[in-house]
Amino acid sequence: MKKGWREVPIGGICWVSSTEYKTGTWKTYAPRIDYEKCTNCGFCWFYCPDGAIRWNGEEKPKVDYDYCKGCGICAHECPAKAITMELEVK
Amino acid sequence: MNQKVIGLSGDEAVAYAVKQCNVDVVAAYPITPQTIIVERIADYVNDGEVDLEYIPVESEHSAMSACIGAAAAGARAFTATAANGLALMHEVVYIASSLRLPIVMAIVNRALSGPICIHCDHSDTMAERDSSWIQLYVEDAQEAYDTVIQAFRIAEDPSVLLPVMVNLDGFIVSHTLQDVSVLPDEVVSEFVGKRQVASIDVAGKTVPMMLHPDNPLTFGPLDLFDYYFEHKRQQEEAIKAARDVIKRVNEEYYKISGRRYGDGMVDSYRMDDADIAVVGLGSTMGTVKEVVDEERSRGLKVGAIRIRSFRPFPVDQLLEELSRVKVVGVLDRSGAYGAPGAPVYNEIRSLLYDLDKRPAVLGYIYGIGGRDMPPELVKSVIRDLENALEKPPETKVEFIGVRE
Repeated sequence: MKKGWREVPIGGICWVSSTEYKTGTWKTYAPRIDYEKCTNCGFCWFYCPDGAIRWNGEEKPKVDYDYCKGCGICAHECPAKAITMELEVK
Repeated sequence: MNQKVIGLSGDEAVAYAVKQCNVDVVAAYPITPQTIIVERIADYVNDGEVDLEYIPVESEHSAMSACIGAAAAGARAFTATAANGLALMHEVVYIASSLRLPIVMAIVNRALSGPICIHCDHSDTMAERDSSWIQLYVEDAQEAYDTVIQAFRIAEDPSVLLPVMVNLDGFIVSHTLQDVSVLPDEVVSEFVGKRQVASIDVAGKTVPMMLHPDNPLTFGPLDLFDYYFEHKRQQEEAIKAARDVIKRVNEEYYKISGRRYGDGMVDSYRMDDADIAVVGLGSTMGTVKEVVDEERSRGLKVGAIRIRSFRPFPVDQLLEELSRVKVVGVLDRSGAYGAPGAPVYNEIRSLLYDLDKRPAVLGYIYGIGGRDMPPELVKSVIRDLENALEKPPETKVEFIGVRE
């Protein structure tokens, strides 16, 4: 049973945290990092508009596929051309 | 109370109030006749007289968008615009109220283009009347100052949480110098306090309703037919709740300033034994009150009702006052082309339908594009209403002050 207007939080705010939305399901192409080519420069981390690249500055970056929407900006910006966009097959 | 009297135009009075209200963010774009508001606020920021973030945006759409972001982050936000600026902002005006963000916006009422006109009418704010913003219309510069201060309290009340438009008539109020009594900074600061953020239950926790990394919230998600209707239903409840808050804040403000405006919702003038009521918004009602005095001195039982809060509409007050009169004249400073009458007239006619004994209601559309409404024209309206006392008229909505 869906909530009535007296129970729903005001302002259209969702009653679960925004971290619960796994927007990664939206993507058609997924970035794959070739760690042989990756120079650990951090460009992908800087440029990702969704904060979906995990990087601590020391270990090489990882894509958080739960939130990556597959926009391809990281692949476009990577100076070492270490990122390729691969079609997701489900 | 130790108040200073200073010469301020309506625009300057608004800016002065904003300076005193612990505002965190002002994002605004200049447009005639609102420009002086943003110029004065920019002066205050430049001169270090106020500690707020001033965002000079590239359009009114951005001004409201920046205020929405600021308010969602827990800041007290203010902006000001007029006419076409408000129209450009239209999309985000609705978003501000639906996100329940207590932004305060001064509107210096100006005719919407086209043809281009910079002078006063209420077509700009009437185009936003169903946006679920609270709309307060002021009569003069003093009330503009007082109402901006009150607006923050009304908007941020936990039972309301809706944005407020403070509407002042372009040039007539905005550019006319008046003796304005201003409260000391600390008195206003204490009255409005710091912006308090409401609480909201999310993911089993009660968290502040604001964007913060500790409690990630989603503002403005897709709602669709699942919940959009429920959220709109909540907005109706909130704006209804604003009626009591507007009245309460009007009284609380009276305690610190010695000034109040009727009961906050309507400002009635010599209505006690009136047979005729003239109803309207804004600065024109000052002229109407003068003419009422003249007419009273020759024995005509006429009074005036200035609607201060057009949204929420003062249903109870108007029903009570108007059920006792025989003839009502409604002054509208905007048209509703193709409708039975203009906005205020339509509301009042509809409101009175349930009364067993309804007064006659006559509509007058005046002052479009800043056309003057001199006392003689008000007198001619009252003459018309006086004739209607004798002979009940046909339904009547008339344009007055327009050349035939």
